[in-house]
Amino acid sequence: MRIVGDLDVADRILQALEAVSDPELPALSIVDLGMVREVSGGPRPGVVLTPTFVGCPATQVIRERVGQRLEEAGLGQTQVALRLAPPWTSDWISDRGRRRLMELGLAPPAPRRDETPSACPRCASPRTEQISAFGGAPCLELRRCLACQEPYQGFKCH
Amino acid sequence: MAKLAHAHDLARHLVALGDDSLVLGQNLASWCGHAPTLELDLALTNISLDCIGLAQVYLQAAAEHLGVGDADRLAFRRDVLDFRNLLLVEQPNGDFGRTIARQLLYSQWHVLALERLARSPCEVLADVAPKAAKEAAYHLRFAQEWAQRLAGGTAESRARLEDGLAWCGRFVDELFLLDDHGAALVVAGVIDDPASLRPRFDQGIVDCLGDLARALDRSGAQIGGGRMGRHTEHLGRLLSDLQFLQRAYPERVW
Repeated sequence: MRIVGDLDVADRILQALEAVSDPELPALSIVDLGMVREVSGGPRPGVVLTPTFVGCPATQVIRERVGQRLEEAGLGQTQVALRLAPPWTSDWISDRGRRRLMELGLAPPAPRRDETPSACPRCASPRTEQISAFGGAPCLELRRCLACQEPYQGFKCH
Repeated sequence: MAKLAHAHDLARHLVALGDDSLVLGQNLASWCGHAPTLELDLALTNISLDCIGLAQVYLQAAAEHLGVGDADRLAFRRDVLDFRNLLLVEQPNGDFGRTIARQLLYSQWHVLALERLARSPCEVLADVAPKAAKEAAYHLRFAQEWAQRLAGGTAESRARLEDGLAWCGRFVDELFLLDDHGAALVVAGVIDDPASLRPRFDQGIVDCLGDLARALDRSGAQIGGGRMGRHTEHLGRLLSDLQFLQRAYPERVW
């Protein structure tokens, strides 16, 4: 994440963004999700977001929520821009974000493609398998634990 | 985009790419609630969503340049002859075998095409292509896995995939052709000639299907023209679903 302009203002923006989440993942802030790529403390305060997936319907909602939240936080008119490049990667999810996902029952993404997938979010067994590469949201996949037999959704390593 | 000498050709090319994605996305969306299993229902609609998201990016950029409003305007208010998508993507879903055949051919081409677009000097293309490439890789893997499963399944599943390949095979050559706008962009160095993708495309299909790739050859004469606005009868029907609301109630918002 890049921080430019007035650091105090940027810090206030960042704090305000901690309260904004993806409607599909309410326990996770967009900062932890790695969507916030740039925070500008001025001259015109603003934020640059990178969507997790190009067609993710949550993107528009998030963008509106960010504008609203920053206004509520007394930051006035801010600029909320979307930027596609460089593309979002699940490696941008913070450690706190990964813990929150685990608490939600969603397996965090494997750190890099083709690495060992995360353990089962219910019983912590490392013996899991993919059921389908597509889940209930663009960023999720369907998995199953081979130890406790429970199916669950995991974050795609993307 | 305005800085490029071939901005108009580029906008027309973005319309073509956007139409590919939009039409395929609409076709795939109609599997919702009808796929053979719940997982497949989710997969096909997820792919559809990726397609429509990408269409939005392309069409929005095109609309801004052409001065015709926004992506929605291009998607919902153009007539069938103004669409510039490939004929392959407008082919009806048919059964699951044909949908997988269509997806395999399109995704194999799309993954290769996006690799090239990522290196384009055009900012819109270079920005969106790396992102779309990650998504397209998922689509291709899905289609490959299912093509192989159908091919190695029962006699019936194999026959259905084969029929799907024979149906879609007629539209393969068109993937590697360009209209005048595309050709001008090749000359200007904004995009690469898609004909150069053909060997890797063929290899990818053979690697996935083996002997079954020959089913593509029994589809008969090649048909093209989608990039010039000459479509099969299926596109009109698809658009009548897609565009109904904005046609009946222009400018109505959600």
